[in-house]
Amino acid sequence: MTLTAWRRALFIGFLAGIAGWHLSLAGLVPAFAQRRLIGEAVTFSSALLLALIVIAAHATARRYSGVLPRFTFGVVSALVTGIMFFVLALVVTAFNLRQILLNATPELARTLTFGGGADPDGFLRVLVIAVVAAGVTSAVGALPPPWGRILVFASLTTLLVGLLRDVLAPVLPGVLTGFLYGSAGLSYSGAVVVLVASVLLFALRATASGRTATRAVATAVPPPLRRPLVRTIALLLLLSIPLWAGLFLSNVADFVGFYILMGLGLNLVLGFAGLLDLGYVAFFAVGAYTMAVLTSPEIAVGGYILDFWLALPIAVVVTVGAGLLVGLPVLRMRGDYLAIATLGFGEIVRLLVLSDWLKPHLGGAQGITQIGRPHLGSLRLDSPQEFYFLILLGCLLAWFLSVRLRDSRLGRAWFAIREDEHVAQAMGINRVTAKLTAFAIGASFGGLSGALFASLVGSVVPASFSLLVSINVVALLVLGGMGSLPGVLVGALALVGIPELLREFQEYRLLVYGMVLIAMMLLRPAGLLPERIHRVELEEAVEESREATPAELATGQD
Amino acid sequence: MTIAAPHRFSASRRIDVSQLIVWTIGGVLLTIVFIGSVLTLRAGHYTAAQWRDFIVFGIAQGAIYALIALGYTMVYGVLRMINFAHGEVFMSGAMTTFFLADYLNRSGFLKSHPWVSLVTMLLFSGLVSMTVAVLVERIAYRPLRGAPRLVPLITAVGASFFLQYTFRGLFGSGVRAYPPIPVLQGKLWFFQKTQVAVFVGVLITLALLVLFLQRTRAGLAIRAVAEDREAAALMGIDVDRAIVTTFAVGGFMAGIAGVLYALVFVQVQFFMGFLPGIKAFTAAVLGGIGNLPGAALGGLVLGVIESVGPSLFFDGYGIRAAHQLKDVIAFTILVLILIFRPTGLLGERLGGEDRV
Repeated sequence: MTLTAWRRALFIGFLAGIAGWHLSLAGLVPAFAQRRLIGEAVTFSSALLLALIVIAAHATARRYSGVLPRFTFGVVSALVTGIMFFVLALVVTAFNLRQILLNATPELARTLTFGGGADPDGFLRVLVIAVVAAGVTSAVGALPPPWGRILVFASLTTLLVGLLRDVLAPVLPGVLTGFLYGSAGLSYSGAVVVLVASVLLFALRATASGRTATRAVATAVPPPLRRPLVRTIALLLLLSIPLWAGLFLSNVADFVGFYILMGLGLNLVLGFAGLLDLGYVAFFAVGAYTMAVLTSPEIAVGGYILDFWLALPIAVVVTVGAGLLVGLPVLRMRGDYLAIATLGFGEIVRLLVLSDWLKPHLGGAQGITQIGRPHLGSLRLDSPQEFYFLILLGCLLAWFLSVRLRDSRLGRAWFAIREDEHVAQAMGINRVTAKLTAFAIGASFGGLSGALFASLVGSVVPASFSLLVSINVVALLVLGGMGSLPGVLVGALALVGIPELLREFQEYRLLVYGMVLIAMMLLRPAGLLPERIHRVELEEAVEESREATPAELATGQD
Repeated sequence: MTIAAPHRFSASRRIDVSQLIVWTIGGVLLTIVFIGSVLTLRAGHYTAAQWRDFIVFGIAQGAIYALIALGYTMVYGVLRMINFAHGEVFMSGAMTTFFLADYLNRSGFLKSHPWVSLVTMLLFSGLVSMTVAVLVERIAYRPLRGAPRLVPLITAVGASFFLQYTFRGLFGSGVRAYPPIPVLQGKLWFFQKTQVAVFVGVLITLALLVLFLQRTRAGLAIRAVAEDREAAALMGIDVDRAIVTTFAVGGFMAGIAGVLYALVFVQVQFFMGFLPGIKAFTAAVLGGIGNLPGAALGGLVLGVIESVGPSLFFDGYGIRAAHQLKDVIAFTILVLILIFRPTGLLGERLGGEDRV
């Protein structure tokens, strides 16, 4: 018993160490070595490495209830992880591997040892940090239920606030900025303040007395007014974004908006009807190119250049057609085959657009420029700030439609098909109509997004419509929770918003998407903000598979 | 019964309408291809020698697709799932072996012992890909074996991107060129020597695969699990082990395919697994997924169509730069096969209504 416990502790530490090696050599750790979060001491990279140590300690310690085993085994795991870091630092320093491994630099050795190096000093640092981290982890884990969670969330929030310095600093009032932030990241005193504030905030939500307090505030508003009040406040906040956010932030907000629109569209297909469409980018591309072809003087079909407001509905209608065109042939497919077939459609669209053959009509590799911008009377909307309102309107419309569809007869039909197509058909649901409408309406959101995108950017090039966009949308749905509308928001903010804000991150975003897709499916298949029905279904299925005996597992094919 | 009947009737009639549209699209495409071919042949821009070269190249390329396709087909056979990350397994071998090849080249060993070097490279690449394939199975697929179908599919997509960008992070995004192998330069009769080497390499690997599956206990276990997993488990076969073996063998062949691919196309890059991966999948479906000879045949057919197709189908219409449409042809074949004949040319050996 104890032997396996020791071995488990060692093994978990070893795994976390391997993860650290991967993050270091694949470039994530070196890329963020200069990104300071709190003062001089905490960089994004050191926070990442520390997180691995903490996770190792926690994963080991959580199996035990006594204080001593929690601490002992946690420390063992943490130490193994730390020593693995140090070993990599040694290897990187001793051998010149840079010809093969891009990131095996002496700087990496310093980052891995928390500022030390491949020497006794670095070794000592790693050991001390590992022991302290494991101690704190086991102590936090031993706190009564809501408090451990509150502390973890509060620390993460503090790090996030530090990470988003460049975004928040220009927006916050000058005094606050001066107090909270240093030259890069939070100042130490700022970090303490943010930490305390977020502990209080989370405590308000999570603890019993906090909940009574919030409820007391909430009951001050009479019930029939509550919902409209919340909605109005939310709307006002959303409307105010371009006023306080600068050009850069508004641009980011616009891009998040495009992905929310696409996410809502794919959500109808993947989340509601359970059809994995890996070629969703095709609809985005069709919308964008329709807008481009109709409004750009470079192409000018038949010598006509349409106005933005005329081209927009046409683009949406064309995309609905494209949705039907894709939907018809794949009606009888499901699962893997559907995913691959739609991926094929997406690639066909991109390759055709890219080809010299269609260059006179679609611009080839250079794409189309001078795409029309919307006018409102004499006012020309062309800054990202002004465009934001248009995108917001589109998102609100798509959101409203999604809610109504979800609660409609059609929505129920989609859910039924998602759960079991045969049973749904037996219950009298018309599979053809249901699937085609899912594809068509889902496509129209993507087309709207594409048309707005083309107009805002002013040009379209085939490179913007690669498979990666589809994967992006799938990943944000998976993160937020397939079928969940608030999940789309969270997913888009996390997977599009944050990467747009962090420029170092751009190169690694797909690496992280890959991790997100795998980790979410393993740990929380229903997503961060799960839709209720789906959560029940998915969690039951995974639970069953976990509880099943090997023999049952062997037979469980579906 | 009396109530259900008219319902079923009307539903099936509506499906007929949608099917009619689909068949019409298929017919139009076929007509376009046919007319294009006739026009091209009548115009006579290409000599017989050029067509022959196209076909030879197509066969070499198709042989590589066939090797990768076998990995898809075997995994499909035992797990009824498509290993979406298989293209990346192929890439990982080719990318890693570049450094071995580079080392052998610079130390002069490649020149003094070309055949030993080549075999070492093939084995090394096979082992790397095998490790990656087994790891992917262990981490991303095995814990989710009882989950709804969509779940492992999404982790597969995730694994695919994770691997791509891991390799990009490790080795950089640049294109690397394999060193030329001295004994494979030049021509043998009218074949490029590399093409001959690829073809021979594929044949040997296939022969070994058949021997493995037919003559070893592990091969027997794989076949048993593919046939009926439940019965196999009851007969005392370790299903998990058979599945891991399948991934290992499929990965090994993908690794060998990676080096062969590098012999033909010279350049390797982190993104190189995507297209061959999709095409090998197309080949597997074309031949009938789950069907080993089918995968080999599908690979060859696809390779030849892809090599001959752009010129043959489109040149007659005077389309500029028809070779750019090579991948469009491959993807169109993929979609058409999935629509019209999901069981493939040779039929699906391990049929199952659950897939279509």
